[in-house]
Amino acid sequence: MISVAKEIKKNSIIENSLKLFSTKGFYNTTIPDIAKAMKMSVGNMYNYFSSKEELAKYAIKYSTNVLAKELRNVNEMEITSKEKIYLFTRRYLQNVTKSPEVVEYFLRVYLSNREVFNQGCEGFICVGEFVTEVMILLDEGAQNKEFREQDFFPAFAMIMGCLGGFAFLSGEKVLEKELLFYSDAVADNIYRALKYDE
Amino acid sequence: MTNKQKPTIVWFQAITCNGNTHSLLSANSARLELFLNSFDLIYHPSLTVDKTLEDILNQKEKIDYLLVEGAISSNKDIFALKNSTTNDLLNKLALKANYIIAVGSCACYGGIHKKFEEDKTISGIKENINEKILKNLKHEIINLNGCPVHPEWILQTLFTLKAYGKISLDKEKRPIELYSTLAHHGCTRNEYFEWKIEGSFGEKEGCLFYEQGCRGPMTHSSCNKILWNDISSKTRVGMPCIGCTENDFPRNDMLETKKNIGIPQDVPLGISKRAYLSLTGIAKTFKIDRLNKKLME
Repeated sequence: MISVAKEIKKNSIIENSLKLFSTKGFYNTTIPDIAKAMKMSVGNMYNYFSSKEELAKYAIKYSTNVLAKELRNVNEMEITSKEKIYLFTRRYLQNVTKSPEVVEYFLRVYLSNREVFNQGCEGFICVGEFVTEVMILLDEGAQNKEFREQDFFPAFAMIMGCLGGFAFLSGEKVLEKELLFYSDAVADNIYRALKYDE
Repeated sequence: MTNKQKPTIVWFQAITCNGNTHSLLSANSARLELFLNSFDLIYHPSLTVDKTLEDILNQKEKIDYLLVEGAISSNKDIFALKNSTTNDLLNKLALKANYIIAVGSCACYGGIHKKFEEDKTISGIKENINEKILKNLKHEIINLNGCPVHPEWILQTLFTLKAYGKISLDKEKRPIELYSTLAHHGCTRNEYFEWKIEGSFGEKEGCLFYEQGCRGPMTHSSCNKILWNDISSKTRVGMPCIGCTENDFPRNDMLETKKNIGIPQDVPLGISKRAYLSLTGIAKTFKIDRLNKKLME
């Protein structure tokens, strides 16, 4: 059985490695770099993760589960699907502001180094909880006729492409105003793309 | 040919397509023979019998088992037998019966006839039998749902009642022994279901749940355990289960899976949509060669 203390330590390693991976990239970050940031010995690091690849896979699960929890919380609210889109967009962008490394990691490591995730993180395996919550959001919106019928993937990409793209613009520091200023406008675009046609 | 030792059966046909009669006659021949030797089928409108419906209505003797096939209406302009409504005849027969068994979806709930918009009186037998009569029965009304009902389910129910005088029912008043499991149990396509591999109508390969509207994972029935003609079932020949043993049958668009943004609206019984979607997303990422090939090239 994994002890609570060990889990906390593992999460702390992940949080530190997310910062390093997202700034230096997957290949330029080494286990000694992460050990140094953690003030741990390299040998001790291997008590928690057997390889850098394993750490990378844990990191993607960990970071998307943070977002999945946010979205699940929104999904369980008794509000309209339109309101859910607005609220989730705001929380997502707040997350980007608070922990930019999480989205940076997704964009710069997970999407750019697919070979690292080929074994054991295929398809939705490591991001399943988050994708499931997006499915629930879309499914409920369509069921109560707030969203129009369309295939899942275009609808999914509409939400995630839009949010990810905006996080990217923020990371590149090209936005004229602070990130949250755009929240409702981004949510409005997403909602208009999904909304039910009379 | 009446034999006092054998319990009597009257098979009353109301508004029906005869499907359940056809089904009964396609029973395993040895079982049908045993049935005919064990019971006295004193009246069935499609079979050669000594008595007429009028004889039955005029007789003083009780009927042990009244089996009703078809929906009931109290509107004479819509449907009448011997110038009487099916509601009227049903109540006269029910008054004489010890046991009443609704044979098939129409007798249970009105079935497809209930969809006839010009007459709102069409329904199942339970709604049509006088409350007072119900109290005098030896057993509550038994629903043998199905379109049609499996012949073995009729025989098994009758043999159980003959031997024990009672049978355990579920909340839809169907015999638990026959309706506790799902059509999904025993389905030969279950491995395709597990790995989310869709099939096409009439083909041997693939699961029919994702596109073809199969209701196997949410339909209480033993179709894949007690096989039709002892060898087959709808799903075994590539026909989706249409959920004919449930009270919402017939639904609209039964051969397509209702989806919202590509996600099935109904998920298997007993699992939350969140958990189901989570499992589906993962299972779909595996590509199992064996299951993606034709069984016979």
